[in-house]
Amino acid sequence: MKAMKPSRDVGVVGYGAYVPRFRLPSTEVSRVWSGTAAGGPVAAKSVPGLDEDVVTMSVEAVRSAVRRARIDPAAIGAVWVGSESHPYAVKPTGTIVAEAIGAVPATLAADLEFACKAGTEAIEAAIGLVGSGMTDYAVAVGMDTAQGRPGDALEYTAGAGGAAFVIGPAAESVAILEGSLSYVTDTPDFWRRQYALYPEHGARFTGVPAYFKHVGAAGRALMDALGTTAADYAHAVFHQPNTKFPTKAAKDLGFSAAQLRLGMLANEIGNTYAGAAILGFTAILDEAKPGDRVLVVSFGSGAGSDALSFRVTERITELPRDIPATRTYVARAVPLDYALYARNRRKIMVE
Amino acid sequence: MEVPRHWRTQSARYALEGTVCQRCGETSFPPRDLCSRCGSGEVIAKRLSGRGEIYSYSTVFQGPNGFAEYAPYLVALVRLAEGPLVAAQLTDVDPDAVQIGMPVEMVTRRLREDGPKGIVVYGYKFRPPLVAG
Ligand SMILES: [Zn+2]
Repeated sequence: MKAMKPSRDVGVVGYGAYVPRFRLPSTEVSRVWSGTAAGGPVAAKSVPGLDEDVVTMSVEAVRSAVRRARIDPAAIGAVWVGSESHPYAVKPTGTIVAEAIGAVPATLAADLEFACKAGTEAIEAAIGLVGSGMTDYAVAVGMDTAQGRPGDALEYTAGAGGAAFVIGPAAESVAILEGSLSYVTDTPDFWRRQYALYPEHGARFTGVPAYFKHVGAAGRALMDALGTTAADYAHAVFHQPNTKFPTKAAKDLGFSAAQLRLGMLANEIGNTYAGAAILGFTAILDEAKPGDRVLVVSFGSGAGSDALSFRVTERITELPRDIPATRTYVARAVPLDYALYARNRRKIMVE
Repeated sequence: MEVPRHWRTQSARYALEGTVCQRCGETSFPPRDLCSRCGSGEVIAKRLSGRGEIYSYSTVFQGPNGFAEYAPYLVALVRLAEGPLVAAQLTDVDPDAVQIGMPVEMVTRRLREDGPKGIVVYGYKFRPPLVAG
C-alpha cells in the first residue's frame, strides 16, 4: 500500500484540546449496575456539564488551535468537525464553530461522521485541501460526548473530549506531515440507527476483526511505505477505547510503553471517541522536542483506521505559553456520583 | 420561536463583539450605534478580550423558562478588561469558590434551547481562567 502525500508539504500549524471537568469513576457504574466496587476497564471517564456539547467543546479547542497558530481566523478556508454526537441531526456543527471563531463567511464548513475515526478523517480532508493549494489553512476537529446505554459495558468508558488542528503550510508547522495511510473495510462491529438513543455493538466482534486488524494494518503499512520502524518514533498514539487495546496494538507493532506514555489518557478520561487518538496527539505535542517523530493511528467502527506520521519542528519551542495544556484539562477532575452523572447526561425524566 | 432575534445578536453572543468609539475611545458592550459616552456615531465593531473580573454575583435557585433545568446556577456582573460591565452566567465553578474581584475568562456555552425541537442558543459565560495571568 502507498502512503498518501499532498503535492505541497503541510503540517500542524496550531492545535487545541478540550476535556470537560467532570469525571465518573468506574466504581460508580459497577456500584449501581453490578453491586460491586470492581470498577471497569478505565479508572474514570470524562462527563460534560449541562451547558456543554460538541459545539461548545469544539469552539474552545479551535480557539486554542487558532491562538497557537497565530493566524487571522478570516484566513481559514474550511472548518470540519468529526463527531458521532453532533447536537443537531440536521444543521452543521461546522457553521456554528466557524461563526464563533470568526472564520465566516468565506469558508467551507461541514460535519464528518465515521464513529471514532471522524476526527482523523477531518484531518485527512484538511491535508488534501491545504496540500492542493486550494487554501492555506483548514481547521479539523474530532470531538465527542459519547453515550453508553445505562448498565452496558460501554457506559464505563464512553467519555467526552477531543482536539482541534489548524492544518497549514509546512514552513509554519510545529509538526510536518511525512505521509498518511487509510485502511477501511465494511465491518459491522458497532453502529447506531437514526432515532436510536444508544449504539449497538457486536460484543466479541469489536476486538480482533475490528480494532486490531485495522489499527495494525494501517500502522504497519504506513511505516513500510515510509521506510520507518517503531524505533524511529519518539512517540506513538493509538485510538484508546480503554488502555488494554492500544497497549497491545502498540506492542504488536514494536512500540514500548515509554513511547506510548505521553499520549495515553484513557485511564483518566475514558474513550473520547472521535477525539481519542488526536487528543493524545495534542498531549504529545505539549511535551515534544524538535526532531521527534510521532505516529498517530485512529480507529473508527464500521470500520477503518488512519495512520499519520509527523516530524516535530523547531517551531514547537516558540508556541505561546498562556494556552491550557491538554494535561491541564485532564487534571481538573471533579468527581460525580452516579446520580449527578445521570442528571448531567439528562438520563432523568423531568417532564 | 424567536429565531430571528437569536440570529441578529449572534456576533455579540458568540464572540463578545462590542463597539469602540473612534472619537473618544470608549468601548461599549453590547454593541451600540452611538457611543454611550460622547454620542458619536463613529463606532467600529471589535471582539473583546474576554478577560475581566467579578463585580458582583448571585445564585439563581429557580430559573425562568428555558433556564430551569440548569438551576441552581450562578449569575454575575463582570467588569471586562476593556471597561464595560456585562451580566452573564458563571460556569465551571462551585458557588463557595466565587469571590468579588476574582478574575474570569469568557467561554461559549449552551444558554438554553427552544424546547426539544427548537434551536439551541449558544452564548458567553465566564469561568475562572484555566491558565493564570
Ligand atoms: Zn465616544
